[in-house]
Amino acid sequence: MTDRLAVRKTSKLYLGGAFPRSESGRTYAVTDARGAFLANAAWASRKDARDAVVAARGAFAKWSGATAYNRGQVLYRVAEVMEGRQAQFCEEVAAGEGLSAGRARAVVDAAVDRWVWYAGWTDKLASVLGSANPVAGPFFDFSTPEPTGVVAVLAPQRSSLLGLVSVLAPVLAGGNTAVVVTSRDRPLPAVTLGEVLATSDVPGGVVNLLTGDAGEIGPWLAEHDDVDAIDLTGAPPAQAMELERLAAGSIKRVLRPPAEEPDWSADPGLSRMTPFLETKTVWHPIGL
Amino acid sequence: MTHVLDPGTLAAGTRPGPGPGTAFDDVTRSDAALRAFLHGLPGVDQVGAEQRAATLGTRSIKTTAKAWAIDTAISMVDLTTLEGADTPGRVRSLAAKARRPDPADPTAPAVAAVCVYGDLAGVAREALAGTGIRVAAVATAFPSGRASREVKLADVRDAVGNGADEIDMVIDRGAFLSGRYLEVFEEIVAVKEACGGAHLKVILETGELVTYDNARRASWLAMLAGADFVKTSTGKISPAATLPVCLVMLEAVRDFRAATGRQVGVKPAGGIRTTKDAVKHLVLVNETVGADWLSPDWFRLGASSLLNDLLLQRQKLRTGHYSGPDHVSVD
Repeated sequence: MTDRLAVRKTSKLYLGGAFPRSESGRTYAVTDARGAFLANAAWASRKDARDAVVAARGAFAKWSGATAYNRGQVLYRVAEVMEGRQAQFCEEVAAGEGLSAGRARAVVDAAVDRWVWYAGWTDKLASVLGSANPVAGPFFDFSTPEPTGVVAVLAPQRSSLLGLVSVLAPVLAGGNTAVVVTSRDRPLPAVTLGEVLATSDVPGGVVNLLTGDAGEIGPWLAEHDDVDAIDLTGAPPAQAMELERLAAGSIKRVLRPPAEEPDWSADPGLSRMTPFLETKTVWHPIGL
Repeated sequence: MTHVLDPGTLAAGTRPGPGPGTAFDDVTRSDAALRAFLHGLPGVDQVGAEQRAATLGTRSIKTTAKAWAIDTAISMVDLTTLEGADTPGRVRSLAAKARRPDPADPTAPAVAAVCVYGDLAGVAREALAGTGIRVAAVATAFPSGRASREVKLADVRDAVGNGADEIDMVIDRGAFLSGRYLEVFEEIVAVKEACGGAHLKVILETGELVTYDNARRASWLAMLAGADFVKTSTGKISPAATLPVCLVMLEAVRDFRAATGRQVGVKPAGGIRTTKDAVKHLVLVNETVGADWLSPDWFRLGASSLLNDLLLQRQKLRTGHYSGPDHVSVD
């Protein structure tokens, strides 16, 4: 028997540690860079976003309460598991972004390295961003960075894997949980990344990946009272200002979108971690 | 469902309801007669009941109907705290929440009642004075019901004396399951008497009765003995209130009214945590017994965390965007 029936994968959302279809039942066709059909992806609705926020809020206590050292280990584990799926990622990135096999390989390697880079940062943030403050009184006074909470991330539209990892990993490194709306036209690497996250010790609900349209779901996340911060990187440029205005209703942290999508292979620095960290200052009385 | 006793057989001029002079005197005269009656009730079609409840659960209730359902559900909530760690302060804060569930929105209705242990009924009474919100107290060795008749009746008198308007009693499941129906019946009658003017809710604890047939029999037994409400569960046993068991009990109160003319309320309690669950129950009530029961006088929802979810959904409808747990009070 040589003619085997093809076993096609149903691309689903990654929500609360599970892989559900969209609550709306909608799907859309995903094409490669030349317009040829690749797969059908779940088209997330506002109710999927709502459920994702509930899952992210539920996961926040455990993830933010884990030691920074442990979070680093988990993020490194993501890199390890991703490395094992290299071929699949290369294929999806090459098809979706229209890259040669060699260029796609470089992008996937950079994405794996990006996890490792942020994994190393988890237990160094407090030393670099925190401080012992000299104060005029009998107090030992120190400041430490604390996670902001549930962060909504509108992931970059063009760079479907390296861009996604570059916006997601810094949110997690600080101890936040994330609701991510992936690239609309190139969602497949994100779907595979969900499978990697599900098998690499990241607690369910810490990352929720919604494939769909940032322009449709973005306003619901921006207005949501239980979302603490929003990263507008992948927002439609014409809509960014409106999203920022909606976010003001619940006093969210907002990371504004860059004028155009940056070169994600550049050294990321701390600039994507600090917007999602709050500074806690403790005044500790000392001997009287 | 049809019933063994045709309402037409009621003698003209007889007073509806249990007690001397009703059509059911014969039934409750002896253990054997009561058993014959209860076992003569038609059996519940388990698959059918579950299918019916599941079908009604798929109704889509949106926009203005949803707003109405949420407000109705809030007004039916018996806001409950039944923990060993309950303090007068906790009961007072619960009472404040009962009066004004959403402090930011005065249009949110008050709940129906606050449900506490009997010793704290006085605190609740004081905190709810002049509001019209009822004080319900659990009694009769809640939740197990394992105590002597004297202790249970003393428990009831104590709660009523502390100011409870409604008494939630538990039936003796051990006696019921071993077939001593008259014993259960007499106990409910005695408790009803001890209640005086207070309403009596009879908790069947359907999770321990195991079958739907038993839930139907226990409902009839409680109603015959004079219950003002039949209540599914204590909330301490899983499964608690499920839609099918609520359906069975609603059918029982419907048939009881058809047979006797007396209307009895229903209170599902335990396990109802989301607005969706509450709306499913309202649909079930409307489709099974009709609008006569769609009021806090005849249908209650025993819950604690449900109220916050109802308020979050209410805020979503009002503001147009999703709310969060920071916008309702912590219980």
